Amino acid sequence: MTSTVETPAKAGVLIVDDEFSVRDSLENWFRRDGYRTGSAANADEALKRLQEATWDVVLLDIKMPGMDGLELQKRLHEIDPDLLVVMITAYASVDTAVQALKQGAFDYITKPIDPDELSHLVRRAIEQRRLKSENLRLRTTIDEMSGMDRIVGESSAMRKVLEMVRSVSQTDATVLVRGESGTGKEMVAQAIHAASARRYFPIVPVNCGALPESLLESELFGHEKGAFTGAQYRRKGRLEMANGGTLFLDEIGTIGLKTQVDLLRVLETKEFTRLGGQKPIQVDFRVVCATNQNLEKLVEEERFREDLYYRINVVSVHIPPLRERREDIPLLAEHFLRKYALRMNRPYEDIAPEAMDVLLRYDWPGNVRELANAIERALVVGKPPVVRPGDLQMLRPPNGAPPAGEALAVVEREHVARVLERHGWNITHAAEALGIDRVTLYNKIKKYGLRR
Amino acid sequence: MTRLAVVPIYVSEHSGLVRGLVPLLARLLPADGELVTPWFDPERAFDASRGQYHSTRLLAELLDGPSAGYDRVLGVTSVDLFIPVLTYVFGEAQLDGRAAAVSLHRLRPEAYGLPVDDALLSDRLLKESLHELGHTFGLLHCLEPDCVMHSSTYVEDIDLKSAAFCGDCRARLF
Repeated sequence: MTSTVETPAKAGVLIVDDEFSVRDSLENWFRRDGYRTGSAANADEALKRLQEATWDVVLLDIKMPGMDGLELQKRLHEIDPDLLVVMITAYASVDTAVQALKQGAFDYITKPIDPDELSHLVRRAIEQRRLKSENLRLRTTIDEMSGMDRIVGESSAMRKVLEMVRSVSQTDATVLVRGESGTGKEMVAQAIHAASARRYFPIVPVNCGALPESLLESELFGHEKGAFTGAQYRRKGRLEMANGGTLFLDEIGTIGLKTQVDLLRVLETKEFTRLGGQKPIQVDFRVVCATNQNLEKLVEEERFREDLYYRINVVSVHIPPLRERREDIPLLAEHFLRKYALRMNRPYEDIAPEAMDVLLRYDWPGNVRELANAIERALVVGKPPVVRPGDLQMLRPPNGAPPAGEALAVVEREHVARVLERHGWNITHAAEALGIDRVTLYNKIKKYGLRR
Repeated sequence: MTRLAVVPIYVSEHSGLVRGLVPLLARLLPADGELVTPWFDPERAFDASRGQYHSTRLLAELLDGPSAGYDRVLGVTSVDLFIPVLTYVFGEAQLDGRAAAVSLHRLRPEAYGLPVDDALLSDRLLKESLHELGHTFGLLHCLEPDCVMHSSTYVEDIDLKSAAFCGDCRARLF
């Protein structure tokens, strides 16, 4: 037979009908289209087929001796709620087909079936099933990507942090994340959000330190058209965008006193008005704040409102600096090695013990962020498969002494590698940019063992 | 070389077309074609309640009797074919089997209110015959839009594909 669909690879179609000719012809029809097919003459056989294999679509005859199609449909959905059931019915039983649709059938077709209709119906059913499973997969990926698994650390200090994140995420309490710059405060905020019931709503970050006060206000609260010079359109603020999810206020200690008053009111009433607006807007979000400042001192100096401090400091999570949990350095370094090697497509496998020693002795004023950057740079300038101490020359030893080894050569190697990357390894362009001829560049590539 | 019997069934009006089909098939398939007069009564495949001919029953007739001397047998007919669960079929074939049937009925432009066009009808008949015989050689529907094994839901779809097998399908055939 001709006429049919473009087949998703090996999707499974099960045909349940008491008439042999229907089973036989439909099975042939679908097999020719590359589908995996199966058939059953009655309800018992159908249930058995469902145990034996996974099916995407079931074509089910409404009228069968014994258990009828409607009853069987219920049973099939009990076993696999995602199964797409298409009812086959005679003209006389459209009422029953409507009932089947109410019970969750995907669609129904009347016998004899128009080949065009069958093609489109099955294609639509399979597409819906594919989208549903893709949606589920993406949700799982989101959970994995933003979950606590991303926080690396086995030290007792980090275990305490993770334990805290886990328990606080189950509540709606306001959280204050504290820690030096680069310790991963935003990641902790994301992990709290990802483990909370609000995870399918957005987490909206606001870097309070990056904006002057007037801009921050409009960023948070939004504005109506004409609220101030240049406000040509109505704009939603971050508070509205975070509705249902989590508002992450980074560098909360830098907010000016006037905005602190407005923010406190919102946190208490969950209601605000846009700048230049009259209408109060209701919002529902959880607040996570972060700071690397000493808020208590700011309160003492009257630069941070005491009432706001108590409002945001309901639960406090302190992330220790990396130098206080050096046992996490190897784990983190290997984590970043794998991550960046994959991203850059460089065949790195390991960090040499001497290089690890450099990492362990370093003080990491920039914490985890600095470690991540150090590994990323090492992978750019170094030669796979092992990171060597020479690749970590950019790290100044804690005693402030100049890096050991051929410092000039290291700098030159790094610079040449960077220029080559920037020019996509076009030798002519890279040589021009470096102000040397092509032969010299080839010699340097050879000398430093640079590879694309 | 595969021996192919082409059996014309109720094609008086289009007998020239069917005669012309035999050498074309022999050129495009690994087969030697021969026109063979039907040895059965096609009325046995007629379904009075639907006013159409049951294509699976027709295949059964084609497999019987003298066809045993051939590796493949293709029935070509002007009557409308059906299988019980579908309103109609352009043709039917045994996947990896010996028999196939093609109907000219819905390939004719006049079936859609368009003027008679024998050249177009001949082209469609060749494509559908190759397609159904392709199934008997074990070929499934092909995703390549130009390949004759690409499935055709509407008659216009037949016009879009070529009367040739794509590289992959050819490799499986020969």
